[in-house]
Amino acid sequence: MTFLGWLTIFLFVTILTLLAMPLGRYMAAVYAGERTFLDPLFRTPERLFYKVMRVDPKREQDWKAYAKSLLIFSLAGWLLLYFILRTQTLWNWTGLNPQGFHSAPWNVTFNTTSSFVTNTNWQYYGGETTMSYFSQMAGLTVQNFLSAGVGISVAVALIRGIVGRSGKSIGNFWFDLIRTVLWVLTPISFVVALILVFQGSIQTFSHYLSFNGPTGLANQLAMGPVASQEAIKELGTNGGGFFNTNSSHPFENPTGFTNLVEMLAVLIIPAALVFMYGRMAGNRRQGYAIYATMMVMFLGAVCVAYIAEAHGSPAQHAAGLHTQAIAGSAGGNMEGKEQRFGIAGSALFDVITTVTSCGAVNSAIESFTGIGGAVPMANLSASEVIFGGVGTGLYSILLYVLLAVFIGGLMVGRTPEYLGKKIEAREIKLVAIGLLITPLAALFATALATASSAGRASISAAATGPQGFSESLYAYLSQANNNGSAFAGYGGFVQPNAGSIGSHGITFADLLGGFTMLFARFAPILFALAVAGSLAGKRISPAGLGTMRTDNPTFVVLLIGVIVLVGALTFFPALLLGPIVQGLTTHLY
Amino acid sequence: MKRDVVTSIIGILVLTLFCGILYPLVITGISQVAFPGNANGQRVYVNGKLVGSKIIGQNFARQEVKNGKPVVDKSGNPVTVADPRYFQTRPSATVPPNNGAATTFSNLGPNNIATEQAIASDIKAYLALEKPYDPGLTAAKVPVDAANSSASGIDPDISIANADIQAHRIAAVRHLPMSTVMHLISHYIAGRGLGFSGEPGVDVLQLNLALDRMTGARG
Repeated sequence: MTFLGWLTIFLFVTILTLLAMPLGRYMAAVYAGERTFLDPLFRTPERLFYKVMRVDPKREQDWKAYAKSLLIFSLAGWLLLYFILRTQTLWNWTGLNPQGFHSAPWNVTFNTTSSFVTNTNWQYYGGETTMSYFSQMAGLTVQNFLSAGVGISVAVALIRGIVGRSGKSIGNFWFDLIRTVLWVLTPISFVVALILVFQGSIQTFSHYLSFNGPTGLANQLAMGPVASQEAIKELGTNGGGFFNTNSSHPFENPTGFTNLVEMLAVLIIPAALVFMYGRMAGNRRQGYAIYATMMVMFLGAVCVAYIAEAHGSPAQHAAGLHTQAIAGSAGGNMEGKEQRFGIAGSALFDVITTVTSCGAVNSAIESFTGIGGAVPMANLSASEVIFGGVGTGLYSILLYVLLAVFIGGLMVGRTPEYLGKKIEAREIKLVAIGLLITPLAALFATALATASSAGRASISAAATGPQGFSESLYAYLSQANNNGSAFAGYGGFVQPNAGSIGSHGITFADLLGGFTMLFARFAPILFALAVAGSLAGKRISPAGLGTMRTDNPTFVVLLIGVIVLVGALTFFPALLLGPIVQGLTTHLY
Repeated sequence: MKRDVVTSIIGILVLTLFCGILYPLVITGISQVAFPGNANGQRVYVNGKLVGSKIIGQNFARQEVKNGKPVVDKSGNPVTVADPRYFQTRPSATVPPNNGAATTFSNLGPNNIATEQAIASDIKAYLALEKPYDPGLTAAKVPVDAANSSASGIDPDISIANADIQAHRIAAVRHLPMSTVMHLISHYIAGRGLGFSGEPGVDVLQLNLALDRMTGARG
C-alpha cells in the first residue's frame, strides 16, 4: 500500500461526486422534458426519430404498456444482433472485416447476443480473434447504447411511479429511450472517446499490422475502431472489451490517466441517477441518503480489495517472491496486472466495475488473492445495488429501500410509507420476488454447472481446488447480475490455438449462461415496473410526526443492514466454499 | 402490439445507423484528423520498416536455431531465448509471448500450484539472465513485475526497479557506462496520470530502440 494509492481512491471519489451532482440535475431536466443546453443540437434529431418510428412521445403508458414496448424492442434488438453476428462474412463488402473472420458458432453467438442485449457483456469469445469491425460497431456497440438506455428508462419509470401524483401513467418508453441515447449517452461517449484517442487509444479501420521487432521476431498487431466502443462500453456499464484482455489492453486503456477517465465514465451515470432521483422526488436529501449508503459500501469494498492485493498471494510467497514495496516497485500481487495501473489502479477499477454491472476489467480477476477476489463476488452478491448498472442499480436499490421501509415499519408498528405513499402487501410481494430472482438464478445455475460434468468442462485446467468452484460461482453470479466480468479461465469457447478459427463452443455453458442472463435481466425489470405501476396510482398523504424518515443516517444504516443481510443470507455459504477459504489459508492446491 | 412491433423494427434499424455507423465514423474522422499518430497505433519505424507500436509490449528474444533450422516446440510455436542486448518485458501468457493479435490473461489463481510453479520458473529465468551481471541479485530482490505475468500479455512497461536491475546487463553487453544506461532509463519513464493515478513504468521498446541508436543493433 502506498500513500499515492490511498490518495488515488480519495481523489477519485471526490471528482466523481463533484461531476455526478450537476449531471444528476441535468438528467432530471432531460426526463422532465425541460430545456437543457444541448436542446439546439438534439431537438431536431429527436423529432426525426419519433417521426420515422411513428411514436407519439406524449402518449402516456401504464406499466403494462411500458413493459410491452420495452420487451418487444429488446427482442427486435436481440434478433438483429444475432443476425449480424451469425452472418459476419456477409458484410465483408463494407471492408470492415479485414481479417476475414467467420462467425462464431450458434451456441457462442446465442450467449454473446443475450449477453449484449441484457447489458451483461459476458464474453465467451476473444474480440480480436473472432469479431469483425462491422460486428463490433453495428452489432455490439449499438447494444452498448441501447441496453444502457433500456436500464435507465426503467429507473426513470420507477421513479415516476414512486413520486407520481396522478393516475396510472409511468411515462413513455420511447421518449425515455431516445432522450437517454441523445441527451445522455451520445454526448458523454463522444467526449470520452476523444479523450481516449488523445491519450493513445486507437480508432482506425486498418487491417492488422504484421511486423518484425528489433530482434527480428515476427509479430502482429490487432487494430480497430477501439475508442468509440471503449467509451460507451464504460459509460453504459456494459464492459464487453474490444480485445480479449479488455481494459488492460494498452489500445483500450493506454495510461494511468485514461484509467481514471474510464473509472469515472463507469460510475458517473449510476451516481448521477441517485442525485437525479432526489430532485425528481422533490427532496434532494432522499438522493443523498441513497448516495451515502452506496458510498459507504463502495469504500469498504475498495479498502478490502486494495489491502488484500497489496499484501500479495500465497503462490507468490511460496515461490520466494517478496511482495513488499521497494524503491522503484510498489510490490503486491502483480500477477495479471499492468505496470501502468499498479495495485491501487487495478483494485479500484475492478471494484468499480463489479459494484456497477459494467464488468470491464483492467486486470485478471481470477489472479486476485482469495480475499481480493471475494470482494467482486460480494459486490455481485449484493445484487448490483452499490451504484449498480446504469438504471438497474437505482431501480434495484429503490426496491431495497421499499423493503427497508417495510421492515422499519414492522419494527415501530406502523403502516410503512415511502414519500407519503402507503407500502402495502401487494408492493412488498412484488419487491421481494423482484429482489430474489437474481440470487436464485445465480445459485441455481451455479449448482447445475458444478453438479454436472457438462458444466465442469468449462473449468480451466490450472484452477484446481477451491479455484475451480470460484470460477463456476463467479461465472453465474456475473451472468445473473448482468455484470460480465469473469474469472476468465472459465471457458465456453474453445480455441485450440490462440487465433484459430477452428474452435467450438461448449453448448452447456453457452446456453445456461445465455438463459440465466435473459431471465435475470427481464424478470426483475417486469417486477420493478409492476411496483412502479402499483405505486403510481396511490394518494400521497402528508408526513406526520410518526412518519419514519428515509433521508437521515438512521435510515442509511437500516438500508445497509437490509442489503448486507439479504446478500449474506443468500450467498455466504457459497462464498465460503470458494474465495474465502482461499483467503484464509496459505495452502496451495 | 402491432404498433410496438413496427416501432421496434424501425427503431432498431435507425438506432443502429445512428449508434453503430454514424457515431463510430464521426469519432474515426475526428481522430484521424486531430490525433493521427495515436489513432493509428503509435507506430514506430526503423529505416522505414515497422518495428512495433510504442505502447504495445514485445518479446525481445531471438529465434533459437539448431543445425540451421528454427527450433519449434510441441505445438509448432517457435522456441526463443531472451536477447541479452535488450531490456526484457514482463512475462506474458499469450502464445507466443507478447502476441499483439491474440491477447490473454494467465488466469492463474492465487492459491494454485500451477501459479507457484510459473512464478518460480520466471524468477529462475530472471536470475539466470541478470545475476551474472548483478552478483548481489537474489530471488528476494526480484521485483514482482518481473516474475508475474502482465494482464494484457503485451504490457509495454516494466517497473523502474526492474529496469535498474537489467541496466547492469545492458551496460556490460553493450559496453556502455552504467551512468549512461541509467540516464537513458530515466528518460523513458512514463509518470503517473495527473501525478497520482497508477504507477510509473519504463517503456521497453522505446528504451531498446534508443540503445540501438546509441550503439548500433550489433551491441
